[in-house]
Order: sequence, then structure tokens, then C-alpha cells
Amino acid sequence: MTDATNPRRHFLARALGAAGALLVGGCERLSTSEWFPKVLGASETASEAVAKLVTSRRSMAQEFSAADLSPTFRSNGTAEPDSDLYRALAANAFADYRLEVGGLVARPLSLSLAELRALPSRTQITRHDCVEGWSAIGKWKGARLAALLEVARPKPEARYAVFRCADPMEEDGTHLYYESVDLEDAFHPQTILAYELNDAPLPVANGAPIRLRVERQLGYKHAKYVTDIELVASFAHIEGGKGGYWEDQGYQWFAGI
Amino acid sequence: MNAGPDVASRRGYLYNRHTLPVRVMHWVNVLALTILLMSGLQIFNAHPALHWGKSSYTGRPPLLEMHALERPDGQLVGVTRVLGAEFDTTGVLGVSTERDGAQSARGFPWWITIPDNRWLSMARSWHFFFAWVLVVNGLAYLAYSAFSRHLARDLAPDRGELRSIGQSIRDHLRLRHPTGEAAKRYNVLQKLAYLVVIFVLVPLIVLMGLGMSPWLDSVLPGWVDLVGGRQSARTFHFIAAWLLVGFVAVHVFEVVVSGFWNHLRSMVTGRYRIGTEGHNDHGMPSHQRGGRP
Repeated sequence: MTDATNPRRHFLARALGAAGALLVGGCERLSTSEWFPKVLGASETASEAVAKLVTSRRSMAQEFSAADLSPTFRSNGTAEPDSDLYRALAANAFADYRLEVGGLVARPLSLSLAELRALPSRTQITRHDCVEGWSAIGKWKGARLAALLEVARPKPEARYAVFRCADPMEEDGTHLYYESVDLEDAFHPQTILAYELNDAPLPVANGAPIRLRVERQLGYKHAKYVTDIELVASFAHIEGGKGGYWEDQGYQWFAGI
Repeated sequence: MNAGPDVASRRGYLYNRHTLPVRVMHWVNVLALTILLMSGLQIFNAHPALHWGKSSYTGRPPLLEMHALERPDGQLVGVTRVLGAEFDTTGVLGVSTERDGAQSARGFPWWITIPDNRWLSMARSWHFFFAWVLVVNGLAYLAYSAFSRHLARDLAPDRGELRSIGQSIRDHLRLRHPTGEAAKRYNVLQKLAYLVVIFVLVPLIVLMGLGMSPWLDSVLPGWVDLVGGRQSARTFHFIAAWLLVGFVAVHVFEVVVSGFWNHLRSMVTGRYRIGTEGHNDHGMPSHQRGGRP
């Protein structure tokens, strides 16, 4: 049993121990470093590129039958916006609600709920996939965002649609939720501004009066309580600059994975 | 490497067992699978339940669920429900001690997740980066193994070996391992285990991971229903991960009982010792451990 004193074996034993310690302690240091998350981020670029490569502009998210509907559609995140402005709107059944459409458009719009309901609509039973891992299936009816944008006419330099919402994410009433999608998703046939869930007016818990549905992406892209849509060339100047409330906290802007 | 037994010392001779590409890809796999498991458990912790079907809210209870209950005295109790049966798993599942010593409600404990604290977005970044590492490494391995005939020569069992599975199972249960020239070949159970991992478990876990992507679902809408739906895919992903953990446990056990240092050296430097008569590949006289003569 001279093997135990073999220097090469000592080296291997130490290397194994060091690898273990590195894994436990190192991952934490790497996660909080400036540079390593950027390295990890490279794979997100690759994932998005491949996802776009194997699908087309008109690839459709799966649609389901009424038999697949979830008994109740789970509410996540904000269930009731903590804002006096919103409470006043809700108290009046959103009769005073206006959706403002502006930014890089030829024709800015201000639409009432009735005017939104008059736009070409789409009804779809789709699966909502939360970044946390759960899914729920609901039946949505809403104005096609493409139809609305055809009226507003985005300017050639417009690249993204930014959605601003009524729900503050901080207790002091600041940091209104926001999200953004590119124009490919904005003009996608299944992208709608939903005002109905399961054949009833959209409940407050699920985003009344208007919630974005962008079916090929995860739940946090589906902004609730939408009040403004702004067409922009870049979202770098908005809030944290990452294109959405959760994106500013480190979540992926492309939420198709 | 042609030192035959006749010129070898009393302790046998070394031969080149693993090629450099196989050694590199093996250790890349060790790193990628470890990080994928640990970051995957952090992602699981964001919704510590598994469901069957197209959605999580079908009216049926989850197959597996971890949660925390608060006792009247304020103590947290970790409860794990598996197929309707409840277990108190406080300390490990459902409720465990955080790194700073505080009791907290979480699926898997900090010491098995990356990052160790609750941080879903960072866990996803780690997971998707190393998923690419696993896939690229796996494709490189397949290409190399086919091209170099590693697959046909070393991994594919022949008919005779398949007929000897019964004997191989008995040998494994008695912790008996081939010695001498026979130790140069993978045994039949080993070959089958590797083939299942390469062609079943890893492709399955990758496919079930892709099946959770709402964007990739639109490539062929509804394809994920072939395995029962998106939530079933998530469940298969989780089960496949633990089957891989099971494989690694058996793999490391076999490495330990059939000559740990010899195997470890061969996976680092490539060189593996074949024992001579009276000695096995552990570098010990075989009578000391009751091996075959």
C-alpha cells in the first residue's frame, strides 16, 4: 500500500478537494461579480438566435380546447394595484380609462375601453407559462395589437413597443411595472390587449382593464394594468434600461426560454 | 505503450485507457452536470411542485409538492407530499436552515443549489449557459465517438456479452471485477449504463428542457403533448435529472470498489494499471480482498 504516499495521488486528492470548495464558494462570488454574469449572458444571445432561427414571424403558440381550461386562473405578482389613480378607475368600472399610444408613431391615440373593444379582436385559449415553472390555461379575448398599431402607424425608426402599467412595484408607490416587446412580437397575430378572461371582463387580479398577451414568451412579459404604449427606437433610457421591470432585476429580456 | 506482462514489474504495467478528447469531455460533463443539477434545483425552488398534464392547475393535486407549515409556537415544519403521502422533511426539504442560520421555507436546501440564496434569474443564467456546454460537449462526444470508433469498439456490446448479463449482474453484486487483460474492456453492464445515459437520459433531459420553452413550442405547436403536456415535460426533466444522479452514484461507487486511484488517474492522465498474476488492478495482492484467483 505504498500508493497512499504517491505524490501524484496527493495532487489528485487536493485537486478534487479544491474543485469542491471552488464550486460551493466560487459560484457565489462569480454570481455577484461584475464580469461573470456577462459571460453567462452570452448563452442567452445564442438561445434567442437559435429560437428565432427555428421559428418564423408567424409561428403560432399552441392553442387549447375548453376542456383544458384551468378551473381558476392564477394571479401572480400584483393582485390589486396600490394606487389611488387606479382605485378611482376601478371604482368607476374603468369608464374613465384611456389607453395612450404615443412615441414614434405617425398618429398618437387615446382610446377608451369601448374604442378598444371596437377594434378587430382575437379569442384564444392559451397556456400561460410563469418563469417560476407553473402553467395555467385561460381563454383570452382582446384587441389585436397589430390592428391598433396599423392605426397609429409606427415610424420607420421604431423598434420596440414599451408598455407602461398602473401597478407600482415599490411600497412608496414608485417603479410602475413596465415591459417591452420587439415589433415582430407586437405585430404577431396572437399578440392582443386582452379585456376578457374566460368569457368575463378581465378581473382586477389578472390585470383589468387591459393586459398584454404575448403568447410565445413567459408570464412576466404579459404586462397587466396597461395604461400607455410607447413606440421607441431603444429602451436604454427607460428606467433601468433593460426593457422591463423584471429585466432590470436580472431576468432575460427574451423570455421565450 | 507496449510493455507486456513479461517485462512489467511485479505491480503490472500501465496502458493508455482513455484518449485525451474523452478525458476532456468527461470532466467538462462533470462540471456541466453538477452546475445544471444545482442551478436546476434553485429554479425548481421557485415553484417546488411537480404536476402531470398541460398545466399546473388542472383540478388534480400535484404529484410532488414541498411546502412549509407554521406550528402554533411559530416553528416551521417542512412537508413533502409525494403522490398524496405526506412526510415531515424539516431540515432538508420544504424548510431548511439558510447559510446565515435562519430557518426558511424553501424546496431544496442552500447547500445543493446555485446560487445558494433565493435568486431565480441568476440560477436561470447559470442553467442555460451550462445547458449549452452540455449540448455542445455531447455533440462533440458523439461525433468523436462515431469517428474514432470509440462507440463501436468500446461501447457497443456484442452478442456474447449480452448473453452474459446474468453473470455480470452476479459479479457486480459480489463486487468482483475483471482483472488482467479482461479489465481493459468495459463490462457489459457498464456498456449498457453508458449507452442509456448517452442515448436515452441526456437526450431526454435536453428535449424535456426544450419542451418547457413557450417559444420553441411554436416550432410545432402541441408537440410537448406527446409526453403529456408542458408540466409533464417539467416532471420528466426532474426525474431524468435524478436518474442521472443515480447513474453518477453507481458510477462513482463502481470506480471506488474497482480501484479508485487507478481509475481516477486513467481519467486524468489516461494511464491505467493492469495487474500481473497474483495482483489485481488495485495494486494489492488479490488474496487480501478475496478476489478471483
